[in-house]
Amino acid sequence: MAAGAHLDVKGLTKRFGGLVAVKEMAFRVRAGEILGLIGPNGSGKSTVMKLIMGIERPDAGSVLINGVEVAGWPSHKIARMGAGIVFQHSRPLHRQTVFENIKLALLPDKLTRLFADPDIDERARAIAARVGLSAVLDRRPATLPFADLRKIEIAKAIARDPQVLLIDEPFAGLTSKETAAFSDLICELRDDGRAVLLVDHNVKSVARLVDRVLAMYVGERIAEGTADEVMRNETVRRVYLGGSIETAARPESSFRDSIAPFLAVGNVSVHYGKAQALEDVSIHVHAGEFVSVVGLNGAGKTTLFNSISGFLPYSGDIRREGTSLRGLTPATIARNGIVQCPEGRELFTDMTVRENLDLGGQHLPPAECANQIGWLFDLFPILRDRQKQTAGTLSGGEQQMLTIARALMMKPKLLILDEPTLGLAPVILEQLSKALERLRQTSPISVLLGEQNVTFALPHADRVYVLEHARIVWEGEPARFAAEAGTGYL
Amino acid sequence: MRSFSTTRALLFALGVILLASFLPLGVSGYILGLLTLAYYFGVFAMAWDLLFGFAGEVNFGPTFLIGTGAYTAGILDNLYQPPIWLCLVAGALAAVIGGVVLALPALRVRGPYFGLTTLVAVLMLQNFIVVAAGLTGGEIGLTVPDVISISDTTNYEIALWFMAISGAILFSLSRSPIGLILQASGQDAVQAGALGFNVTKHKLAAFIISAFFSGLAGALLVFYLGTASVGTLVDITVGVQIIIAAVLGGRRTILGAVLGAVFLIAMSEALRPLGDLSNFIVFAMALIVVLLFPNGLLGLLTGTKENT
Repeated sequence: MAAGAHLDVKGLTKRFGGLVAVKEMAFRVRAGEILGLIGPNGSGKSTVMKLIMGIERPDAGSVLINGVEVAGWPSHKIARMGAGIVFQHSRPLHRQTVFENIKLALLPDKLTRLFADPDIDERARAIAARVGLSAVLDRRPATLPFADLRKIEIAKAIARDPQVLLIDEPFAGLTSKETAAFSDLICELRDDGRAVLLVDHNVKSVARLVDRVLAMYVGERIAEGTADEVMRNETVRRVYLGGSIETAARPESSFRDSIAPFLAVGNVSVHYGKAQALEDVSIHVHAGEFVSVVGLNGAGKTTLFNSISGFLPYSGDIRREGTSLRGLTPATIARNGIVQCPEGRELFTDMTVRENLDLGGQHLPPAECANQIGWLFDLFPILRDRQKQTAGTLSGGEQQMLTIARALMMKPKLLILDEPTLGLAPVILEQLSKALERLRQTSPISVLLGEQNVTFALPHADRVYVLEHARIVWEGEPARFAAEAGTGYL
Repeated sequence: MRSFSTTRALLFALGVILLASFLPLGVSGYILGLLTLAYYFGVFAMAWDLLFGFAGEVNFGPTFLIGTGAYTAGILDNLYQPPIWLCLVAGALAAVIGGVVLALPALRVRGPYFGLTTLVAVLMLQNFIVVAAGLTGGEIGLTVPDVISISDTTNYEIALWFMAISGAILFSLSRSPIGLILQASGQDAVQAGALGFNVTKHKLAAFIISAFFSGLAGALLVFYLGTASVGTLVDITVGVQIIIAAVLGGRRTILGAVLGAVFLIAMSEALRPLGDLSNFIVFAMALIVVLLFPNGLLGLLTGTKENT
């Protein structure tokens, strides 16, 4: 059965409302082959995986497992056809032991089986030994380190002996040593003759493993080939690095507070349970400076911003104009002038544009409030036309502008923008980009921008940090980015 | 729950049941009557726990299943006086059919909507009973011509052993591979599906089993009480008491549900002199146990600590 097992995807399409998340994807994964499916956040790669597994129903196209059409089947039937999935987030049964978790995956889907086959225990132990869980069989998942939780996921997936294995972001949250062990395991699974589909953000993280790479961007295939070929591909480089970018950086010494910066984040570390989200991160922002933090989804950008805004406990020190922010509530930090535009926008969708803005400026005297709104309408002219519309009916780009405008109503000294480009069409990006440039030129506000879209992050930046796997790996002028940090970003 | 094995738990429970079966030698008929009631409530609560604790579906309408079983058995006896066992079988079957009719559409909706559907089903049944008074006795209640026995001791032993057998079946089921698959379906349906399990099939099976025991216990209760009424069998508050009993005894333990039911009925009896205040105190105590000891009475007794 293993020989010749393969996955064929043809014309696969998925729409969510008006958004085409996946458009006519086509690829084949042969037995004994690893295909890497890469793309930036929002490119539709996870959706492709869900469509194959039957977690989402495709609108069109076909998914063939060993030549059998499974598109539109419920996922338990697709699983029985020989497909298995390793989810990005560990989803163990928390009340059961590791052993029971693995055993679960070995059970038949039958209501008549009141007693498990006697050999199931033995098989569960063998699988545990293979992935390296033998020592912790009787423990509960909650007591285990992060890497072991990932191993449980792999163990469950291979327990059903899938011929087609889908793995979502295999290395997220793992240390380099754990990553190496995990890679070896995935290679073994390929050498067993399975067809493996690895889904990840960039080529670099999977380059060592994959036989071929397929790159996606906004639902469509943009390149396919070996890891090297894809990394050299012009379209891929443009998507990840931007084309030739005009930068307009001001030297760091030109800022008044060049010695003691407005915001100084010193050696900050954050843990989510067992996963390290930030490791010894130090950055600073001068008054009036525009700083971009570039990093892929999951690198730790949001965690960094939430630490600054006081939403998260952290170790290390965050100082504003020399005074520690530790112990201040998020509300105090925001009122004192460090205002964040969250990734999810969090607008009051049933209120009008004007009401949203008024709410942002409710602490201002009426005259000043009107004044500020006037300035914002100059900055984002489209909002003036949309004043009476409810925020929920705005397009994604307009909502993003409204979010930024509402934050600016609070007259911040430092504006933190978390992935403002998420899910926006290129034409909207340009409008947003122009508004940010005007903001930089015409106001003394400092901006801290978190982005994975380099094209958007570099042009306005005075300085750039690259955040990768919870750590700052590069700092410098935007002009030097492509040459020095670009390859690591592909 | 690994602190005591399936076999040991069953042996221990058997010991307690055997002791309890000698109770009629030493206590009054009044107390036996209360315990009889508590045992039937225990079955209701165990059946509910299978659905909530394992399949993860909150059924706010346990009394829909109980009432369907009870009234079917009672009406059948009233109209045709067949042998009692036939009424019981009919009651259990009616509950299963009612359960399937309810669950098939309800299991398609996600999250709180399943609970809402079951809640509405109770209200519908309640209204139907009142409207179809000619058949059901309406608000006054239905009096059945037959009872299983007029002896307190016989009724007590029937309830005790019915509860013991139901408990043994439900408990073994919860510890079987099916119980494990049910828990997986309840905790993460997407993953259970990706592992090849038909989640809807398993949840429907859990609903059917729950309905069978609820309906049968409801029918038995009618032939013990000699009457069926909305207030004792169908009303939302009855359903809430069953849920409290199950949660109080310890979720996901099946056996704890019996403990919760006995505790609830014993407490309201002990506090009866306080009048209306007694219910308030019982519910307040239940609230405290639920808040402070999420693993319930059984969790307290066995010293299990769980991260939920």
